[in-house]
Amino acid sequence: MANLKTVSKKSKAQSMGMHTEILTGRTQQKFFNPDEAENFYYFGTYDVDFNKRTDLDVKDMTAPEANKEIDNLMSQGYGTIVIKNPQGKHSLGVGILNKLNLIFEGSLGYFGMGSCDGPIVRINGRVGWSCAENLMAGKVVIEKNAGSCFGAAIRGGDLICKGSVGARTGIDMKGGTIIIGGDAGAFTGFMMQRGRIIILGDVGINLGDSMYDGTIFVGGEIGSYGSDAVDAELTKSDQDWLKRKLKVAEIGENFDVSKMKKIVAGKKLWNYDNLEPTEKKGAI
Amino acid sequence: MCGIAGLIHRGKSSNVGSELQGMLQALKHRGEDSTGYALYGDTDGKNFIMRFKVGENVGEGSSSIMEDVSVYDERKKIVDQTLAEMGAKVVKEERTLPYSLRYELDYNVKDLLEFSQRIESIPGVEILSMGKSLEVIKDLGNAKMVCDRYSLDKVVGTHAIGHARMATESGVDIKSAHPFWGYPFSDVSVVHNGQLTNYWNNRRVLENKGMRFMSECDSELIAVYIAEKMRDGATLEEGMKASLTGLDGVFTYFVATKDSLGMAKDTMAAKPLVLYESDDLVAMGSEEIAIRSVLPQEIDTYDPFDGEVKVWQI
Repeated sequence: MANLKTVSKKSKAQSMGMHTEILTGRTQQKFFNPDEAENFYYFGTYDVDFNKRTDLDVKDMTAPEANKEIDNLMSQGYGTIVIKNPQGKHSLGVGILNKLNLIFEGSLGYFGMGSCDGPIVRINGRVGWSCAENLMAGKVVIEKNAGSCFGAAIRGGDLICKGSVGARTGIDMKGGTIIIGGDAGAFTGFMMQRGRIIILGDVGINLGDSMYDGTIFVGGEIGSYGSDAVDAELTKSDQDWLKRKLKVAEIGENFDVSKMKKIVAGKKLWNYDNLEPTEKKGAI
Repeated sequence: MCGIAGLIHRGKSSNVGSELQGMLQALKHRGEDSTGYALYGDTDGKNFIMRFKVGENVGEGSSSIMEDVSVYDERKKIVDQTLAEMGAKVVKEERTLPYSLRYELDYNVKDLLEFSQRIESIPGVEILSMGKSLEVIKDLGNAKMVCDRYSLDKVVGTHAIGHARMATESGVDIKSAHPFWGYPFSDVSVVHNGQLTNYWNNRRVLENKGMRFMSECDSELIAVYIAEKMRDGATLEEGMKASLTGLDGVFTYFVATKDSLGMAKDTMAAKPLVLYESDDLVAMGSEEIAIRSVLPQEIDTYDPFDGEVKVWQI
């Protein structure tokens, strides 16, 4: 990484991988400022100890009760919490803005791990629709399959499903990495704006439909390309990154990344620089 | 929103009434305007079972018009008379509620279409199901309320499908509730979650071909659409595959026949479905918690992909 103290503000962000393109037109460019790092911590978070571990049986709890108890345990300094009997309940583990090692011994329903920032999560089961929606940072690993809208609108972090996922994976994602060990359904990467999706298996129709930016890597067959999704050259740098990412994710470590397809936005749909109709009339 | 659930035991019978009640009750947050069951019970297969209604539930939340019970009695009399005229002998009669009846018929039906048309020509009368195994029971309220009202928890059979309804495009009444009978085919039923956008176009075409619609609920189209395909010689699976392009909109639906259960999902995979499949049981529902009500232990489930059609035999 470049020395952040000496490089210009613009290249600082790019050196850290915050941008892959220069935005133009009326889009406002906002860059990460390392001097403001303290603003990235939340009020009310807990100082937890990962070696302090406890179990929580949520069989007879509602989701709000379970989530409040997780918060209560974090306030007592527990840094590793094992959730027993989630039994497909919805909205478990949402809104955790804390460092935490969270393990679910079973499957989750809809909206599991939504709006989180920071926790390391392992789900020894399946997840329903919209798992880890709006994830900001951290890592969520699902050992089995996942439903549709997996990783919708995530901003950062790593989201890993070792099985197959439903439709619209990574819809509207704005950063982060989604890794799928199996197959993915239709409209994967729909309207994604930044970030990376890796699918080791096959993917359904309309891949990357209306994507603005970001990158999708596919190891298997592609059902069809969506509007403005185009092939790109898989570079040596891409392959190195893929190998590293798959190894860290403990998934497909021996996968032959050199045969993967790389899909990016054709950027033909971009019209930020176009005047709106009323402005055009005014200009005439 | 609506929720659907279904299960099929392969090679054995089970308490499907109670099991489906648990699955649908777990989905009650998806809608409890009405709940419906299509149960495939163990029978000797000799007699037809006709579930029909002579009126509507006009209780709290209903969009139906209040009628006097004497009107129901009068309609029942005409049904009895019509059955006698057609040579159908009522072997067993149950009147669970003033408007809801169950007949076991000793009748050698050659054409269910003609039979059904005669019965339903009586104003206010609708056949909910007709078959030698199928019984469709639907009413206002959540799964437990309907199950208790009709004592369904003791029904033993091989498979069942059900629906928890949040009424969006048609009334809160029994005629708009799911499941729909695949009129005029014996033992065919359908439940649907979603919205069909070419309902009226398809309805006009099918009505011109002699098919019948009893409600203005878009989901009824699926039952009629598949029934029409089967009338033309298609198998259940072929009819379901044709529906992926013939029906426009978003849908996940189940179809059940005397010995099979099928699911279909639209090409955008816009409506949810979670599926568990083993050698002796298939269970599926709009949410995993429905499956968990019959299989609380940790199991492997998955979401079928877009445009997928699956059919299982008992």
